[in-house]
Amino acid sequence: MNVYLPIAEVSVNIFLLLGLGGLVGVLSGMFGVGGGFLITPILFFIGIPPAVAVATGASQIVAASFSGVLAHFKRKTVDLKMGIVLLIGGLIGSSLGVQLFKMLKEIGQVELLVTLCYVVFLGVIGGLMFIESVRAMRRAKRTGPLKKIKRHTWVHGLPFKMRFRTSSLYISAIPPLVVGFLVGILAAVMGVGGGFIMVPAMIYIIGMPTKVVVGTSLFQIIFVTGFTTLMHATQNYTVDAMLAFLLLIGGVFGAQIGTRIGVRMKAEQLRVLLALLVLVVCGKLATDLVLEPNEIYSIVSGVE
Amino acid sequence: MRLLASLLTVALLLGTAAKAEEQIVADLSQNRVAITANFQGSQIFIFGAVKRLSPVPGHYGPLDVVIEVSGPPEPITVRRKERKYGIWVNTDTMTVDRAPSYYAIASTAPVTEIISEAERLSRSLGLDYAVKILNEAAGEQNSQQFSQAVVRIRQDSGHYAESERDAKLAEDTLFTAEFQLPANLTEGDYTARMYLVRDKRIVNAAEKIITVRKTGMEKWLYDLAHEQPLIYGLLSIAVALFSGWAASEIFRRIRR
Repeated sequence: MNVYLPIAEVSVNIFLLLGLGGLVGVLSGMFGVGGGFLITPILFFIGIPPAVAVATGASQIVAASFSGVLAHFKRKTVDLKMGIVLLIGGLIGSSLGVQLFKMLKEIGQVELLVTLCYVVFLGVIGGLMFIESVRAMRRAKRTGPLKKIKRHTWVHGLPFKMRFRTSSLYISAIPPLVVGFLVGILAAVMGVGGGFIMVPAMIYIIGMPTKVVVGTSLFQIIFVTGFTTLMHATQNYTVDAMLAFLLLIGGVFGAQIGTRIGVRMKAEQLRVLLALLVLVVCGKLATDLVLEPNEIYSIVSGVE
Repeated sequence: MRLLASLLTVALLLGTAAKAEEQIVADLSQNRVAITANFQGSQIFIFGAVKRLSPVPGHYGPLDVVIEVSGPPEPITVRRKERKYGIWVNTDTMTVDRAPSYYAIASTAPVTEIISEAERLSRSLGLDYAVKILNEAAGEQNSQQFSQAVVRIRQDSGHYAESERDAKLAEDTLFTAEFQLPANLTEGDYTARMYLVRDKRIVNAAEKIITVRKTGMEKWLYDLAHEQPLIYGLLSIAVALFSGWAASEIFRRIRR
């Protein structure tokens, strides 16, 4: 059964969209990533115009993240204070990122740059996470339960210290602000929520406990992607409400299932899985860049 | 210049009418296409008859019919990839000045065989003339590659079609043709043109307009998105938040 999307102006199978939304929702609930890094490329692949895919992907992530964060709120695994600090950085970064995106578009190579961004970021983050979590799993096997080691790095020497009770951290507000800011830029340029970058940054740079990371990142993503949706809707008219609705019906249910799977798994297992997923997407994008495409010409609607 | 051109057209029209005395009387199965949420594409059936005031003189060549349906012409940007440093990168860009969003042609015989090049050129008849690049500086071979790419891509997607011998002409009088409009159709006024052809020349032409419009929910969303973007954006977010909350509530109930 097909449905005609009013803004995208294409006709797509309704169950394909529901399934896609569901799949991304499961991932979002499990790992605390918005799933934008998956949904945006898949939407391109099924023939949605890129501008619409990016904008609509953002609004779909709002729903999936909200559904996920509610589940986390109930388990008290959201660090609100940390979330707000991250969010302030995120909003500044995102509005800067939108300007950057416009500039890149005028130069003409935005598509390539976005893909390269994906390959580099996904590759580096996926690789690091994979190595790290495999090591952690081995260690856990050898010495039994892992003792929490409080690492003191340069991060702890910075001024403007704040106490984050939920994360049991007493650190400077600068690292979370910077992390939020950088993720905001990337989120706007790559058209994603940025969870796949923020989650590792929260674990490795800020040093937050893994269980709190997912809920807090979801909390921040809701606002950043909501802001992005509004920007796209008012400036580019590219948010397709019909497409978003179908994706999010699948997505919100998926997120609930994902959150429950996530609770039952060990943190290390969760990280290995997320790392593998990130590497798979990275590999697919990289091979697409290297292999000769079927059609070397492409039509871009309208004159730039 | 324009006056001269219109005078010429009038003279030509009068000339053909006086000489051939064959006229098209035609209609469409539908002259409105409504794009609804479950739009699956549409079929347009074009039929008509040839009206004659006197019998056709014997020395005239055979009669052929050419029917063309085309969407609104629009400029598009086409990019070409090339391998650079091991990866495929968009290197060349060209603006195709006229590319109809939909183009299909049906005829009783191959169009190139029954109509002279000059006539085809002046009416932009056929895919090679319908997709046009006006930029002279681009070089003929280069622009040809780009316009051929547009035709190839859109033929694959069902937006362009050239079906020779797909129009039917019975008893030199009644003709029919069927056109398949794809599911991802764009809005606009589509034109259906019918041509009577004899001795490589067009002896009579007729034109009908098919309006393609979104309706119902589709139209409402489209209009809201363009006229009240802020409200539309806020509404999208509200719907997203609500469904997120609803799903979480439903799951909580189920678990109990």
